[in-house]
Amino acid sequence: MSNLFDLLVAGLATGAIYALVAVGFTLLWQTSQTINFAQGEFVMLPAFLMLATMHAGAPFWLAIILGILLSMILLGLAFKMLLVDPMMRHGVLPLAIATMALAIGIKEAVKQFFSAEASPFPSIVPTGDISILGHAVSLQSIGVLVLAILAVFGLTSLLNRTSLGHQMQAAAQNPTVARIIGVPVERMILLTFLINAFLVALASLLITPIYLAKFSSGEVLGQAAFIAAIVGGFNQVRGAIAGGLLIGVLDNLAAAYVSTQYRAAVPMIFLIAVILFRPQGLLGRAEERTV
Amino acid sequence: MSGFAKPLKIALGLIVIAGLIIVPMNFNRYGLFILSQWAVMSIAAMGLNLTLGYAGQVSLAQGAFVGIGAYAAAIMTTQGWPLPAAIVVAIVLSFAVGWVLGYPALRVQHHYLAFVTLAFSTLAFLVFRNESWLTGGIYGISNIPRPHIFGIATNKPLPFYYVCLGSLAIVSLAVWWLIRSPWGRAFMALRENPLRAQSLGVDTRRYTLMAFAIGSALGGIAGALYAPLTQYIDPVPFNLSLSLDLLMMVIVGGAGFYFGPFLGAMIAVLLPEWLRFTEGYYLMLYAVAVMLLLIWSPTGILGILDRYLAERRTKAASALRAVAKSRLETVQ
Repeated sequence: MSNLFDLLVAGLATGAIYALVAVGFTLLWQTSQTINFAQGEFVMLPAFLMLATMHAGAPFWLAIILGILLSMILLGLAFKMLLVDPMMRHGVLPLAIATMALAIGIKEAVKQFFSAEASPFPSIVPTGDISILGHAVSLQSIGVLVLAILAVFGLTSLLNRTSLGHQMQAAAQNPTVARIIGVPVERMILLTFLINAFLVALASLLITPIYLAKFSSGEVLGQAAFIAAIVGGFNQVRGAIAGGLLIGVLDNLAAAYVSTQYRAAVPMIFLIAVILFRPQGLLGRAEERTV
Repeated sequence: MSGFAKPLKIALGLIVIAGLIIVPMNFNRYGLFILSQWAVMSIAAMGLNLTLGYAGQVSLAQGAFVGIGAYAAAIMTTQGWPLPAAIVVAIVLSFAVGWVLGYPALRVQHHYLAFVTLAFSTLAFLVFRNESWLTGGIYGISNIPRPHIFGIATNKPLPFYYVCLGSLAIVSLAVWWLIRSPWGRAFMALRENPLRAQSLGVDTRRYTLMAFAIGSALGGIAGALYAPLTQYIDPVPFNLSLSLDLLMMVIVGGAGFYFGPFLGAMIAVLLPEWLRFTEGYYLMLYAVAVMLLLIWSPTGILGILDRYLAERRTKAASALRAVAKSRLETVQ
């Protein structure tokens, strides 16, 4: 049973990171109908931004701050102004394709300007094990889980308890009416892009020490986040969180109990089943228009 | 393209076809390989254009069908079967699988459908990689023979390029006929307004499945040509990124335009090659070019042409109206 416990903890830790990425993904979808195929690359890039500032001589804490700021400028502000704004009114598909091209661009840029090899990345959580209920659990898993839960908790309180959060929800649910009652919809959309950039930077900080910084590491992450978002419910933040945790655990259990060869198939089959039998996601609301 | 006069269009078409036949005659091996790849990818993109551009069903699985066709051809021809037989099997197989994949489209649409097909694409890749008794696993299948067509061996690059080009021509004609048939109109009705199509008596269920199946079958043909083109296949080329590339080709060329896939495949296959002189930067420049193009014209390259022609027609029409009006005024 100790094996199962370890798997669950590790699964929840990766799942929490998936949840961060998936939440950002659903935020962009809700406010601007952006399906961001570059979301995985968005997670991969901040780690390299932090590495670059460290190579320039900055200490780790400063690199983290600069990395997060740079990601918010590049992946939040610039992404919205340069790519999303001009294309938003032309429908979902061209923009989705443009983000696919963006994914290729980011990957190639990192390969060219940094390195094609995987680089190690320092962990903000101390390594080592602690003992919980007689099980040795890695501090890293616990730390990742705690930080991710804090971030998600902070975000949900922002969305549900503050006026700003209510304005953001209004802008997402009905932009026209929101505009009429005086919500600055454009600014709210920009804010969700900045929040997404912050979340992916945080996810990058948490996941890169585990999987190393590599230009291609976004592919798997992006897919996991898509699946988490859909499984949980494309139009619900708490759905994305549940989906992320579920996919993380499922992935780890599948690796141990199904087969390493078909491990990647388990979340996919689960995804197909959810879409076919409960397309609005496990926690989502039905959208009459799209389903 | 209705803005051009008909003889001009025919002349333009003949020049392009003649160019595709004559110009590559003194190309080197690599140039011919790239051009053959363009022809093969055009076929696959044309299939996706049927599913997506005409029938409006988003699919992220076209790459998987290219894979199915490629493995069918590779397995059969290495066992001594002729390529045409393998192509028939590839068509039947991808048609059947495509038909089954169409069922989710009856239930969900748009991005949900995109993700179902995306998941299918990943599953297909896992099967190619893991079922090594059939597909050779990660080692793939090598020594795939090229066919003899009318007794002529096509081992050399130039004859095989003509095989690809000829297949492209046959598929193009078939698709041309299909989209002008009542079927093509039913597909477009499905895209524009499924409810209205249904109330007009179009069997939307059957046509949705058909749109998937036929589009996938064209992907299978492309795969069956891809295997003898590279003469070695492994699972890597048929992963999700091929499906995404094919989708990009269709959108960049112009979804729902007959010539869109040809242009899109040209951009996706040839542009990176032309940019090779920039070495490590070529894919980056390619990505930037695609983004700029889509920002400029979200309907793709043919969207630009279409808008330009529409504008010219409007101008011509308003000029005619102005003339007519001034005449009326002089009469009064």
